[in-house]
Amino acid sequence: MPETTRKQKPTKVKTKADTVDETKPAVNSEKLISELDDLLDEIDEVLESNAEDFVKNYVQKGGQ
Amino acid sequence: MSIPKICGIETEYGIIAKGMDASAVTASSLLINSYVGRFDKNVGWDFKDEQPGNDARGLSLDDSFPPEIEMHLVNTVLTNGARYYVDHAHPEVSTPECRSVDEALIFDRAGEEIVRQSMIAAKSFLPEGAELIAYKNNSDGKGNSYGCHENYLLARALPFAKMAALITTHFVTRQVFCGAGKVGTEFESMPNESVAFQLSQRADFFEEEVGLETTLKRPIVNTRDEPHCDPTKYRRLHVIVGDANMSEVATYLKLGTTAILLSMIEDDQLPEDLLLLNPVPAIRQISHDPTLRQAILLENDKRMTALEIQESLYQYAERYANSFGLESVGQTTGENILRRWREVIEGLQSDPLSVAHIVDWVAKKRIIDGLVTRHNLRDTDAKLKAVDLQYHDMRPDKCLALRAGLETLVSQRQALDACTAPPESTRAYFRGKCLEKWPNDVVAANWDSVVFDIGSGPLKRIPMIEPLRGTKAMTEELFDRCLTPSDLISALGDAVTSSSFKPSN
Repeated sequence: MPETTRKQKPTKVKTKADTVDETKPAVNSEKLISELDDLLDEIDEVLESNAEDFVKNYVQKGGQ
Repeated sequence: MSIPKICGIETEYGIIAKGMDASAVTASSLLINSYVGRFDKNVGWDFKDEQPGNDARGLSLDDSFPPEIEMHLVNTVLTNGARYYVDHAHPEVSTPECRSVDEALIFDRAGEEIVRQSMIAAKSFLPEGAELIAYKNNSDGKGNSYGCHENYLLARALPFAKMAALITTHFVTRQVFCGAGKVGTEFESMPNESVAFQLSQRADFFEEEVGLETTLKRPIVNTRDEPHCDPTKYRRLHVIVGDANMSEVATYLKLGTTAILLSMIEDDQLPEDLLLLNPVPAIRQISHDPTLRQAILLENDKRMTALEIQESLYQYAERYANSFGLESVGQTTGENILRRWREVIEGLQSDPLSVAHIVDWVAKKRIIDGLVTRHNLRDTDAKLKAVDLQYHDMRPDKCLALRAGLETLVSQRQALDACTAPPESTRAYFRGKCLEKWPNDVVAANWDSVVFDIGSGPLKRIPMIEPLRGTKAMTEELFDRCLTPSDLISALGDAVTSSSFKPSN
């Protein structure tokens, strides 16, 4: 299996070495915030329009 | 020495019929028939060896309710070796048995694609505006849960009670990286809104440490003893405690870490110093605390967080790998699992958001926290529950998980190929090839046999009690050589028996 195609990477994976390196900025917070903003824009767009009815009508029979 | 950890995943999907009146059973049947109806022949399931009431502890069944086999519902076998059927009012895909975790992940992804194709196919049969929508989750938020089960091959010689006690620690704590996340709680004695967000879909539903049931009084370790292969040599551990994951890496880690720990137990290399004092309340306490600070009590009076316990399990696994190797899961795969296991633990320790591309509950919580801030929502806003459900929506244009930036390990091509082609490294290859080559002559199949109607005389049953026989390497030449099922039956000689299978529909 090919090891990984990453579609979008919200944050950098920190290794222990990263976390002890105080001189390096831990994460680019501006970039993170703008990524989250884009994601939330998209989610606001596709989210079921009547959340209350959608949640109420989602009823399942118990399974295993 | 530990035996090969052949494994598979059985996923019950949630299902909604939109714009039409249909019971859950009808909707599930419609969904599956829409998919299998595209092919000429619907091959039935042979129930001959189904024994879900057998208990691995050898107990009597007086106090428990073994699952019933629902023989009248839609039940079919696919050319990829999977079983696609209606189980307890849900469509369920059971992947074929796989030799490696990498393969099992590909076939779990194929299961998603099969469900997606079924939804599209169903739409063409339904009235304008009506559709069937499947959800890969485990609860409706109203106290009804359905499962995503795993299965692993174990040596029969391994004492069950000892294995159950040791693996429980992992089953209670692995949710820190393979929990799918849930808004609210469904634990019976707590108000739904008393927990804003929890790690796991399933944790609220576990009431026993060990037991046979799967639909009520659910146990953390399930004792169903159905090896679907030679029962004198093997067990098949049926794991019901997990969440269905949208994150491929989470599925990979869930299967991989469990397979390695089971191998360690077979080799008597998992120390007993991490046994939990009260696993049932602990699984809930851990799930209900997304700060990951909740410490739980061990049998030896120590208190540790789930993450600390996972770190210790990882260290034992690393030590095991160094002295015993990881051949039971495949050496390279095993090393990958260990690396990713370490990375996810370190990520959760430093900042859970750093693993939002791997861990479903973190990815889901990131969206929910973002919406709360953006729209100034209360914890109880219906929008948040809608996000929780829609994260698992199987429609690509609606699925939130597909938008959450999750890392992928399987290409779309691999997933689509695995919808029709079986894995090559187990007996699933033989099952799948029989179905592909002679769809009109196979009258039934199940995990450990294929039944042929060769036109004259009784039906012929080919038993497959060894999961590692019937692989591509062992049977490719046989399939090339045999032009008809009769050729195959002759070639296999004494191995073939007569079958009393009667089609139920």
